[in-house]
Amino acid sequence: MGYVIGLQCRECGADYPQAAVHVCEECFGPLEVQYDYDAIRAVLDRDTIAARPLNLWRYRELLPVDGEPTVGLHSGFTPLVRADRLARALGAREVWVKDDSVNHPTFSYKDRVVPVALSKAIELGFQTVSCASTGNLANSVSAHAARAGLACFIFIPDDLEQGKVLGSAIYGPQTVGIRGNYDDVNRLCSEIADKYGWAFVNINIRPFYTEGAKTYGFEIAEQLGWRLPQHVVVPTAGGTILPKVDKAFDELRRIGLVDGPRPKIYTAQAAGCAPVVRALHAGSDTIEPVKPDTIAKSIAIGNPADGYYVLQTIRESGGWGESATDAEIVEAIHLLARTEGIFTEPAGGTTVAVTKKLIEQGRIAADESVVICVTGNGYKTLEAVAATVAKPAIIDPRLRDFDELYERLHSPGGQEMVGSNAAAG
Amino acid sequence: MSVQVRIPTPLRRFTGGSEEVAAAGTTVGSVIDDLERQYAGIKERLCDNEGQVRRFVNIYVNGDDIRFLNNLDSELKDGDELSIVPAIAGG
Repeated sequence: MGYVIGLQCRECGADYPQAAVHVCEECFGPLEVQYDYDAIRAVLDRDTIAARPLNLWRYRELLPVDGEPTVGLHSGFTPLVRADRLARALGAREVWVKDDSVNHPTFSYKDRVVPVALSKAIELGFQTVSCASTGNLANSVSAHAARAGLACFIFIPDDLEQGKVLGSAIYGPQTVGIRGNYDDVNRLCSEIADKYGWAFVNINIRPFYTEGAKTYGFEIAEQLGWRLPQHVVVPTAGGTILPKVDKAFDELRRIGLVDGPRPKIYTAQAAGCAPVVRALHAGSDTIEPVKPDTIAKSIAIGNPADGYYVLQTIRESGGWGESATDAEIVEAIHLLARTEGIFTEPAGGTTVAVTKKLIEQGRIAADESVVICVTGNGYKTLEAVAATVAKPAIIDPRLRDFDELYERLHSPGGQEMVGSNAAAG
Repeated sequence: MSVQVRIPTPLRRFTGGSEEVAAAGTTVGSVIDDLERQYAGIKERLCDNEGQVRRFVNIYVNGDDIRFLNNLDSELKDGDELSIVPAIAGG
């Protein structure tokens, strides 16, 4: 039994029934799922949620499926890690990492949105699913489609990291590489979606797909003991997740599961692709698209569809945003790995680097609580850090050889290599 | 001067279901005006009250976003292809 009333245009308020439509026919505004919150409030409480399996469907009343969810029964409920060693390195008191680098089954936050999109696509009767992707979404759609027995077409830029390409191909979709950047892929896919009638998770299924991102926010609140953090730093690519984390907190307050002030939300972008941060700093509502040039390929979207709502959410919540250079991103990937044992892709490095800046600027007070959103896994993007990690010391299998190596590492000048693991703590 | 305009699904009710139509004009703006002459009501869907392209509408000339060209003043030549594409979520 679902609690969805229908779809509504975020811009002009026009109402639509539930269907595979994603833009308002009147003004092209995005469509948003509307729920009967009074009915949800009457049936959903903390104990009900606590008794359910540890996956994203534990919040199913607040997700847009009508029947039993069929996809992603092991996805979500990723660790919220209390990051004290990172906090010390950043000069802050209470830092948490919401770690979607270990989401099931494809190690990114996309394993939240895809189960909702595919469950809905199956309800709507589709047999072929598809997406335009910078990599992570393609991985997730491919894996979930395989398990659901759906045909799958994925469209990606032709210059993606090998890990991202292979990480889709293994599940057997039809992969199409497009000569161009993600924005070119997007434009083509919009025309393909119009013509072929497939369920494109981020095009015609978008209103349902984006709702899955709320589970990231639901989990943060539940894992903090039904408490809201003071600050949340979120990476921005197309701009889906940031407004949805805010919406999640708002819904939990609305149905009475949490109270307290609205968390301040901050955006993190790579300096080589920062159209939202640029508009934010310029005090503008207009997001000028850019041609991306950054190692953070998963967030290299120069024309963010929901950028306007990212700006709106940041401003209304009292947050801010910053960008990080590729060098700062790599440094932050190392910092997170060496302090917390979490290996993130450049998108997560961007978020950590930006959090550091926001704390240094005093925008996030050092004695307040902050959640850093790590949305992807570093094992998929080894190229980004390959040149910056220590190479193994190669020796023959003889104790004497190791003794010599150990001596050398402990001599002056060798300290850094052995001591580096503890340096940040 | 004639260009081909690709029409997305939400606008096809104006074009009698056609996916692609011909329109005349030397700039993107004048092509939109010609579309309005042929298919009354379509311009209001693409542009706001001040005549600017709506926030969630993307227009491309031969695959290039007009915001990287000269917006509504972007010049066109015979045979150019104009695409109208709604904004799409990230991936």
